Amino acid sequence: MTTQQPQQPQQPQPYKKPLPVLEPETRPFWEAAARREYMLKRCSSCKQFHYPPQNVCPHCLSSNTVWIRGSGYGKVYSYTITYQGGGPGYAEEVPFVLGIIELDEGVRVWSNVVGIDPKEVKVGMVVEAVFENVAGQGIAIPRFRPRPQKKA
Amino acid sequence: MSLRGKTAIVGIHEYESRFAPNVSINQIKAECFREALEDAGLTKDDVDGICTAGEGFGAVDLCEYLNVHPHYVDSTQTGGSSFVVHAAHAATAIDAGRCNVVAIMYGSTAKSRGVAIGTGGAGLQAEAPEQYEGGVHGTTTVGVYAQTARRHMEEYGTTSEQLAAIAVSTRKWAATNPFAVMRDPIAIEDVVNSRMVSDPLHLLDCCLQTDGGGCVIVTSAARAKDLKKKPVYILGMGEAVGHWDAGRRDVTTVAAQWSGQDAFKMAGVERKDIKLAMLYDSFTITVLVTLEDLGFCKKGEGGPFVSDGKLEPGGKLPLNTDGGGLSSNHPGMRGIFTMLEATRQVRGERGEAQIPNCDLAVAHGTGGTISHRHGTGTLVLSSHT
Repeated sequence: MTTQQPQQPQQPQPYKKPLPVLEPETRPFWEAAARREYMLKRCSSCKQFHYPPQNVCPHCLSSNTVWIRGSGYGKVYSYTITYQGGGPGYAEEVPFVLGIIELDEGVRVWSNVVGIDPKEVKVGMVVEAVFENVAGQGIAIPRFRPRPQKKA
Repeated sequence: MSLRGKTAIVGIHEYESRFAPNVSINQIKAECFREALEDAGLTKDDVDGICTAGEGFGAVDLCEYLNVHPHYVDSTQTGGSSFVVHAAHAATAIDAGRCNVVAIMYGSTAKSRGVAIGTGGAGLQAEAPEQYEGGVHGTTTVGVYAQTARRHMEEYGTTSEQLAAIAVSTRKWAATNPFAVMRDPIAIEDVVNSRMVSDPLHLLDCCLQTDGGGCVIVTSAARAKDLKKKPVYILGMGEAVGHWDAGRRDVTTVAAQWSGQDAFKMAGVERKDIKLAMLYDSFTITVLVTLEDLGFCKKGEGGPFVSDGKLEPGGKLPLNTDGGGLSSNHPGMRGIFTMLEATRQVRGERGEAQIPNCDLAVAHGTGGTISHRHGTGTLVLSSHT
């Protein structure tokens, strides 16, 4: 005879996916994400945004680059539904969506599209950043979900 | 002074086994080196340049294993295109008088060591710049190529059936290669009905994972004349890098547009005169965008271009006649095999798979990931200068 175990209260799952190595050039991006801010780098000399964020501007080589809080809004530029692999933490969650998002600021960034059935994702879909906190690390991982559209 | 026709491929060898659990990487390289020397009619002492890429300390490690002290070494790492780039560098160095005979070697035991080349994801610690687009987001190699396929479909209406045509024609060629891993015929339906690995790329859109390796020996055109085999002259060469373009990347284009332009310009030949295209086929989409960007068709027209049978045996532009990475072998960095098969075809050594009058071929390597950081190398090879 088997006995039904009483349900345990749900504990927050430990974060099992790969984490960024926090370096002086990259740490602010991940720490800002914990504050629900999607940060971009913009050059004070040539005034252009770039991605990924660098301390030296890839357009004009100026070191006068500054972190700017981005809108977190964009559109899906391309995507794939991963059915196999993806590494630790991800391989267990297939299918999931890896996507390239074109932000309203004009740069294309890598992330995931979440909060939607993977088969419903479309190129051109309007999305907004969401942030998955990594417990105990003071950082979050930005991902993108469909952005609710206001009715005309 | 142009490098056109100044150097030639004079010795080749391809490691026959696709599964080699009991050998080291350096053993594969050394055995291929020995056989390529035999093929060329050269000895170890004739070689004064060593090139390799892949792991560890590159050419330095290999020089120890071979017990040689070359005047020229090259461990340039541009991923799977490295060996094609090495050949271009070797031609430049030979013409400049730095060295006389250069051996380019590759070896890999990726299959027997169980390396998940395409789907493995990254480790738990992601460094910059990979940390923004790599393992943190569950990125796989096939997934990055799939981004190009999806966008190409969106912009140009390319279909899974069109991509499948590349896998089908490559399999037909593989049937002519006794060493190819996959030799049974497949149809378009088999490809599009195979398991989805990373949408829109199916299992049969993906290359194999094997062990293997090879060696290519390059020397001056003058020296080549006295050697055992018919020289395969290097008429044109180019190398290029594609990357994220500071956030403006168009993922439907690859660096082949630049390396190909340089190679064709130096060679002074037209695309329509090419008898064989040996193009790195990590995935079907890799071939499609490479054909476009090398100028065989216009951007966006790759789908219809590959769908009329021209890539198959008897077609107008035979592609990957050894069975490619899709059906013959893919130990991780396949560029060297594009030169090996091009050399066999230009020499006229391919038996039932021989392309008639194959006097002009393109060998093109693509390394890294096409929708993101990648390096390409393009050679135009010919039976005459």
